[in-house]
Amino acid sequence: MYYHLIGKQSNKVKNVVERGLVKRFAESIRDAHPLFIDEQVGKQSRYGENIAPSTFPRVFDFGTVHGLNLPNKGLIHGEQVYQYERPLLVNEVLYCYTVIDGYDEKQGKNGLMGFLKIKRYGEDAHEKVVFMEESTIIITETVRKAMQI
Amino acid sequence: MQESLETILEPVTRMDLIKYSGASGDFNPIHTIDEEAEKAGLPGIIAHGMWTMGNLSKLFTPYYDQGFIQGFQIRFSGMVFLQDVITLKAELNEAKVDYLDFNVKALNQNEKVVLKGKVRFAKYR
Repeated sequence: MYYHLIGKQSNKVKNVVERGLVKRFAESIRDAHPLFIDEQVGKQSRYGENIAPSTFPRVFDFGTVHGLNLPNKGLIHGEQVYQYERPLLVNEVLYCYTVIDGYDEKQGKNGLMGFLKIKRYGEDAHEKVVFMEESTIIITETVRKAMQI
Repeated sequence: MQESLETILEPVTRMDLIKYSGASGDFNPIHTIDEEAEKAGLPGIIAHGMWTMGNLSKLFTPYYDQGFIQGFQIRFSGMVFLQDVITLKAELNEAKVDYLDFNVKALNQNEKVVLKGKVRFAKYR
């Protein structure tokens, strides 16, 4: 049901790696390491600044793909991938967007399952990709029926 | 850097998941509200898969002076419930000049694998 969206891309959205959000995020995954939250440690590190945990891009706004209507309940997160050129620095600006990378359907024991692959990118000011994340979302038959598609 | 990294988390609490919801912006109520989890056919609220994946990354945080997580690939295979005691593990699979490849996983107190995957830790020269 999402075949027609393959290859579609969102607008780019400017995001800032906010210091307060990095601290809160690091604490929420019980990883309040000084490299993430202590300014002095960040300055003296090889990065010259605090960095963000590797799964931090969850907090970014990756824009809107027109026509992509996902229910806010009942989806299953099957897989997640991150690829980094380098760690993200606190206070840096990233331009983030979404690409629908793939969609496929398979018959499973609980009916027809949809597998949606969504890639999300973060670029620097020179349009160089700094990180990519890829999520595989599983849409079950129950959810499909609830969506009346 | 050691070839085998491991840590055991304190039992999962509702407050952990409330904090992660707020910090990540993922407010799917099956992670925080009992009634919503039950409506979804679950025996109780479950942790965000990304909460567990995020926790796993901390095995590598102490080594960020030597390198960084360049690749991080996870398949979610089981649910994490309140009071579960999760063990996080990373085992070196291959060592190259430029990077170290680890197999990683998280298990609950019954030794069931709840997530599994790979980390490529790029090394600075």
